[in-house]
Amino acid sequence: MKVVAASRLRRAQERIFGARPYAREMMALMESVAAHTPEPYHPLLEQRPVKKTLLVVVTADRGLCGAFNANLIRAAESYVGQHPDLDVSLLALGRKGRDAFRRRGMNLAGERVNLFRNLDFSHAQEIARELTESYTRRSVDAVDVIYNEFKSILTQRVRIERFLPIAPLRSQAGELMVDYIYEQPPRELFRALAPRYVEIEVYRTLLESQAAEHAARMTAMDAATNNADELIDSLTLTLNRLRQAAITKEIIEVVSGADALR
Amino acid sequence: MTEALPTEIELAVVTPDRQVARERVKSVTIPGKSGYLGVLPGHAPLLTELSPGTLSYSETSKTVFLAVTWGFAEVLPGHVIVLANTAERPEEIDLARAERAKQRAEERLKNLSDPELDQERAREALRRAIARIETARHAKSV
Repeated sequence: MKVVAASRLRRAQERIFGARPYAREMMALMESVAAHTPEPYHPLLEQRPVKKTLLVVVTADRGLCGAFNANLIRAAESYVGQHPDLDVSLLALGRKGRDAFRRRGMNLAGERVNLFRNLDFSHAQEIARELTESYTRRSVDAVDVIYNEFKSILTQRVRIERFLPIAPLRSQAGELMVDYIYEQPPRELFRALAPRYVEIEVYRTLLESQAAEHAARMTAMDAATNNADELIDSLTLTLNRLRQAAITKEIIEVVSGADALR
Repeated sequence: MTEALPTEIELAVVTPDRQVARERVKSVTIPGKSGYLGVLPGHAPLLTELSPGTLSYSETSKTVFLAVTWGFAEVLPGHVIVLANTAERPEEIDLARAERAKQRAEERLKNLSDPELDQERAREALRRAIARIETARHAKSV
């Protein structure tokens, strides 16, 4: 299991690296277009008083990965507990989260299971579309996400981030602003860019969680193997002791039996 | 006070999954939403949305074609950055599959009376299929 997780982890890491250039360029483009659009307005940037939130919980589909899922579920519960004034509905990505929330009878607005086996950008697009739709329909006022961030092979960190509304874009004053020729009006470009931005954010989060899951499983399985080895050692020792004791006892019996016959 | 214009363009084509190309090229042709754009070194900064089509770039000796579906392109005097939804090299294109997709989309578009039909989607699918087929053809004819 450890070896399997390790090879999957390597692939997941490669995918994160593959997705990074796109995410980076997308960010840069968003910012530069936003800076050129007077009042960059888009329904996805609209801030409104938050009464209803959608909490996206990214867990794994499978267990055997230590506290990976438990930590997330606990974080999600405490999020709900901390915001008693909010109407929080949950979107569970991953089987483990869905099962846990079902058992607890929490307010599940949606679910996606078996997502991570063949994770692909089109999945992220579907999810992003759902999120943006419920935001623009005003059935929620904010979308937050809880996921495990891949920090290193040994550490994952539970993170809570706000997906929607998109945080107001800071235009970098210090940087030299390029005066672009716009083939389409900036406003139109911006309108096309914003949903894209959500998609890549969702994709990045899913990849991050996937890598973290494999890392967690790898360490969990490594620990399990070590524990089992220790257990085997101590059990072998006990077995040998008992066997020795039994043999000694038998010898004593034989010897004392022979003595008695003399 | 004219700065020397760059003689090459640094081209980067990235998709959400990978970086398809990062090369120094002589010229780039971009399938923009409002028509194809030819870009030579020293082009004025420009931003455009892409539409399905063939992106091509020329290195010293050869021309490379890529089928892109949708995305954005940013042009700077010495750089071109293409953020594409998908970008495929001709050898990666499954021509049979693209032909099938084209047929399917065309058939759908014939029954315009069908209320179930998502016209916009069918049209998009058709344009993507055509972009792939044409890219594959271009590459063969060179």
